[in-house]
Amino acid sequence: MVDHILEVADLTLRYGGQTALNGISFAVPRFEIFSIIGPAQSGKSSLLRILNRTIDFNPEARVTGSVLLDGEQVLTTPHVHDLRRKVGMVAPLPVGLPLSIYDNVAFAPRLAGVHNKSDLDGLVESCLRQAALWDEVKDRLSQLGTRLSGGQQQRLTIARALSHSPDLLCLDEFSIAIDPVTTMRIEEVLRELKTKITIILVTNLIQQARRLSDRTLFLWNGSIIEQGTTEAMFSEHPANSLTYDYIRGAFG
Amino acid sequence: MRPVMAPSPTARRFAETPAIARRRRQERVARRLLGGGLILSLLPLFAILFYLVWQAAPLLSWRFLVESPRDGMRAGGLWPALLGTLYLVGAALAAATPVGILAAVYLNEYAQPGRFSRIVGLAVINLAGVPSIVHALFGLGAFVAFAGLGRSILAASLTLAVMSLPVIIASTTEALKSVPQSFREASWNLGATRWQTTWHIVLPNAMPGIFTGIILMVSRTAGETAPVLFTGAVFYKSIAGGDLFAYGLLDQCMALSVHLFTVSTQVPNVPDALPYAIAVVLVATVLGVNALSIALRVYLRSRKNW
Repeated sequence: MVDHILEVADLTLRYGGQTALNGISFAVPRFEIFSIIGPAQSGKSSLLRILNRTIDFNPEARVTGSVLLDGEQVLTTPHVHDLRRKVGMVAPLPVGLPLSIYDNVAFAPRLAGVHNKSDLDGLVESCLRQAALWDEVKDRLSQLGTRLSGGQQQRLTIARALSHSPDLLCLDEFSIAIDPVTTMRIEEVLRELKTKITIILVTNLIQQARRLSDRTLFLWNGSIIEQGTTEAMFSEHPANSLTYDYIRGAFG
Repeated sequence: MRPVMAPSPTARRFAETPAIARRRRQERVARRLLGGGLILSLLPLFAILFYLVWQAAPLLSWRFLVESPRDGMRAGGLWPALLGTLYLVGAALAAATPVGILAAVYLNEYAQPGRFSRIVGLAVINLAGVPSIVHALFGLGAFVAFAGLGRSILAASLTLAVMSLPVIIASTTEALKSVPQSFREASWNLGATRWQTTWHIVLPNAMPGIFTGIILMVSRTAGETAPVLFTGAVFYKSIAGGDLFAYGLLDQCMALSVHLFTVSTQVPNVPDALPYAIAVVLVATVLGVNALSIALRVYLRSRKNW
């Protein structure tokens, strides 16, 4: 019996009359990297927004179905803010909050009531270390987070996403705005994190999914075309010929 | 291997074609036209300031500021009016700023975007266009009569506050809108509530813009005549010159704008320089308060974080 941290069943998302996700079902095993690939507009980012209920901020959105995170119903829980703390979210373009590097990472813990200086110091250091940013910024923690380079800011957002010790870390095309070398560093970070945390990786880079993930899900126009182990998906004979074409770059 | 072509010695590589010449002429005309517009709009401003100070010069002195009027307001200073205006603007500011900012934050950060908030937004903009004499009448009915405040500094400044609320709400809304949505989303993703996001992320970054609104409000209220004339300002009131605490909130007071109106139209045989001197003090008061707010705004902007 596989231990699933996330179980999604018959999930449908509509914006007004448009269907963005069309009754999708999948499950994410704990401590794996689960990647979601698919062309633009296929509903990948919307899916992430459902997972931490930031979809609520779009008054047009209508969500039906079931999303269980650690056995708890995500779609109807009244404890939205606690839910969001269990899900770390990293956006495509790094958004350093207009605060110092230290305050960026300490933001979420402070909101949760951690104000003890030495606790915060330890937490900030460990998150920055896990995001492979500590050595570069340890001498200038009071500098503005928004002044860091793109790749550093992206690692800062990862450190920030780890700061509320989530069970699930979602990255939405994290490498879109950073250079290949930094991308490789972050991929290294993710491989290490995998032992402690489950990771959902939304990516446009098919080879990135192949390098990193244990399982892959191919989403297209709001429907799941295929899902399975990354090995099987990227083999010469995936179950669906669309998968083969997309992975080989025939479209998308 | 192909031989490398040497550039012909006669070719002028940056030769001006007719199209480029035309663009350059365009550029020149545009620059002069735009610059001319700027000069035309600055000219009246400086002309007014220069003319005022020129006419007022014989009367301007420190004693003019801190003395009470004498000889039926034909001589002496304007302290009661200056202090009255400061009280009125200060009290109006204290009443309108918090309410306006709260309303704008609700409209922008809390209200669901939709028909209701659009209608409210439109109403606010239209309210800003209501003539001040109408606000004056409202203040007379609501604060002086109905609320029983009588003709007083409190009633007058509340009237001014109501009048300037739309300005503050509109400019605060603009300031809040200028804070990138991505900051809010990042904060929500970290589990912050709307209020935590507003307080820690949105408001600190909207501050410079909010101050702009307050500057606008100060400029507008300090010069208003009708609303204070209806609700709390008097032609003449004797107070000790230079005393900062000469008025109570329920007293009536003099105001610079009303004083200027009175001296120019109601009092015979005033010295020619007197109305101009009052005007200079009025303008200088407004500019002084503005300078203060602008300095604060520049300071906050210099700490702008992105």
